[in-house]
Parts: sequence; structure tokens; C-alpha cells
Amino acid sequence: MLEAVALSCRRGERRLFQDLHLDVQPGSLLHVRGRNGSGKTTLLRTLCGLFTPETGEVRWRGKSIQSLGEDYRRELLYCGHLLGLKADLTAIENLAIASTLSSDPVRTHELWQALERLGLAGFEDLPIRMLSQGQKKRVALARLLLSHAPLWVLDEPFSALDREAVCLLEELLARHLGQGGLVILTTHQEVPLTSGRVAHLDLGY
Amino acid sequence: MWSAFWCILQRDLRLGLRRRTEVLTALAFFMIVVSLFPLGIGTERQTLQILGPGVVWVAALLASMLALERLFAADYEDGTLEQLVLTPQPLSLLVLAKVAAHWLLTGLPLVLIAPLVGMQYHLTPTQIVIMMLALGLGTPVLGLIGSIGAALTLGVRGGGILLSLLILPLYIPVLVYGAGAIEVSRIASTDAQPYLLLLAAFLLTALTLAPLAGAAALKIALE
Repeated sequence: MLEAVALSCRRGERRLFQDLHLDVQPGSLLHVRGRNGSGKTTLLRTLCGLFTPETGEVRWRGKSIQSLGEDYRRELLYCGHLLGLKADLTAIENLAIASTLSSDPVRTHELWQALERLGLAGFEDLPIRMLSQGQKKRVALARLLLSHAPLWVLDEPFSALDREAVCLLEELLARHLGQGGLVILTTHQEVPLTSGRVAHLDLGY
Repeated sequence: MWSAFWCILQRDLRLGLRRRTEVLTALAFFMIVVSLFPLGIGTERQTLQILGPGVVWVAALLASMLALERLFAADYEDGTLEQLVLTPQPLSLLVLAKVAAHWLLTGLPLVLIAPLVGMQYHLTPTQIVIMMLALGLGTPVLGLIGSIGAALTLGVRGGGILLSLLILPLYIPVLVYGAGAIEVSRIASTDAQPYLLLLAAFLLTALTLAPLAGAAALKIALE
């Protein structure tokens, strides 16, 4: 469903990867591995359409993501290194804005439920800057609960999370894959999944 | 689609009100620059009347430059800009919402404080009204043109200086017609009409074109 055809990317003078082909089908997870600086984040950003590849193209349901534009972005959820949260707004406000913008409006009580599920009960009304790094990450990951996007692209989703949150995230991933979703992620941990197919892609070798 | 526009507008207004210092610096800067001139060149009524319109506009340009640097920078640093680009909304509409919020926070206060400045420079009441109208039409144009520059210089080291070099020359038409409107209205307020109409034309052109250019520049900046 998500395909990359003959993808080459270059940052400045350095070629990160070339002639990369990949095909991710519903219900499967692609785990992108590689050393630091091997181009994992660039690949993820290319797949989202944030970075223009030197050659090749990314296709979603058989059509190039450039031509799909907003229709592709509606089905995509990206969690990057930067969490995309406003430090001066509360967790609830941040999530409400994210869901309004993704044309996927949710009711306020669902926002509260999502935060409670992620163990942030009691922190909903605090500005994000008062939260710890791990808690901020949890707020960002609460978007996974609220979104209906079939394609999740997650850059290092496990970093800064404690054991309990890692378990919760694994559960969310398994559920998403079980519902026929697609996941592409980078992490230095092994992803023990109970359902769905896991494929590995090694960059920089 | 408009719900996204309102959402960003409200978000930025709320952020602006929670971080009042950034908003107030532009206003304070404007007031101080404008007040320095009478101290430097003396308080002779006629000299001030001649200099007033130009000084007000130059100060408005500089104050607008000062605030512009932060227009996209905060969103760029915390990753919300990335998320905005990835939402299924036209990016130009989101840029327009950001510029609108920016103007309400930094441009509108200048328009509202203008009568005070007018009195400092012994402008006539009609001149003051015309000045408010001209600033009301002109400051959004400054914000819109400036947003293109702010997007282009995003993530560049020393972006602030580069931004002024890029944008200040483009502000010249607004400065000329804005100051001209106040100047000619000393004799009859109707004389200012063509100037104001031209400013309105600038505003309409900038409203249609600047968000598109800003959106394109933002996409480049994020690569």
C-alpha cells in the first residue's frame, strides 16, 4: 500500500541511500534500523513528503504522494524527533488543536480519556513546559489514540519512555496493526509484537 | 477548512497573550522610537508636523520587522510547523491565519496607539484619522510581505539581519503611500483618498499572493 520506488536521498554531498525499494502492506510494521546518521530520519521524512528525494517517488495506494497531497496527509500520522507540542499550552489544548487540524475532530471527553490512558491523569491542565521529557512524549503519543489515520510514521517512539509506557505503546502498535494499519518506525530496541508482520530495513550497510 | 484557520488564529492569540513580553516589545519599541525624534530635533511645531508622518511610518516598519523574526521560528523549533505542513489543510491558509494573529497582536496595537503619537507631532485631527486608516491598511501589508521573508530565513543563522535586508526594500511602497496619505491630508482629507485606495490595493494583492509564497518558502525551509 505504501511503496517507495528507486528512492535516492542526498544530504549535501553525502548520499544516504540509493535505489531503495520498499513496499509496506496493511497490517505490517516496517522497522528501519541503522547506525546514527545512516539516514533513518531522512527516509521517514521522505516517506511523509517533508523531504524531496533526489530520484524516485513514494506511492500511496498506487499513486504518487505528490499528486495526492492533502488526501495522503489525511491518512498519515507522523511523530518526529520534535514533539510538535506548544510549551505554553496545556496537554488538552495541544491535543485539541492537533485533532482539529487533522480534520478528525474528537470530543473533549475523548481527549481526557486518551491522556488518562497514557497515565497523565492530573497533568491535563498543566502547560507542557512543566512536564518531564517522558510525559511530553506521552502527550505526543496520545495522538495515536485519537487519530484514525491508517499510516503511522514514528521516529524513535520509544525514546524517553519508561517501561510501563513502552508496554502501552507496544499494545497500541499491535492494535493498530490488528486493525489493518501500517506502521513505519525507527528504534534501537527490538519490537516484540504479538500480531502483525514485522519487516526490517537496515540502512547504511 | 475555516475551522483550521480559526484554530490556528485562536492558538496564536492564546500563545501571544500567555507570552505578553514578545507582544509588548514591538509596541514599546514603536513608542520609544517615535518619542526620540522630538527629543533630538526639538519641539518646534512646524518641523514636527512635517516630520511626523514619515517618522511614524519608519517606526512602524522597524517595529514590524522586530516582531517578524519570531513569526515562524517558535513553531519551527518545537516541531509544530512540521505538523502543520503535514495536516490535510492548505498550508497557505494556515500561514494566513498565523499572519492574521500576528497582526492582531503586533499591528493593531500600533493603529490604536496612533492618536497619541499624532498629538506628539501636532498633527491635526483629520490627519490623525487618516493616519489610523493608513496604518490599518498598511500594517497588515507589512506583516504579509514580511511573512515571506520570515519563512525564507527560517533556520538560517543570523536570519534577523538577512530578513531586514530582504524585506525592508519591499516595504518602500507602503512607506511612500502611507506617509503620503497623512502628509496630503493636512489641507483636505479628501486628498488622501487615492493614497488610501492604493494601500487597499496593496493589501488585497498581498492577501492573495503572500500566503502562497510563504507556504512555498516554509516547505523549502523544512527540508
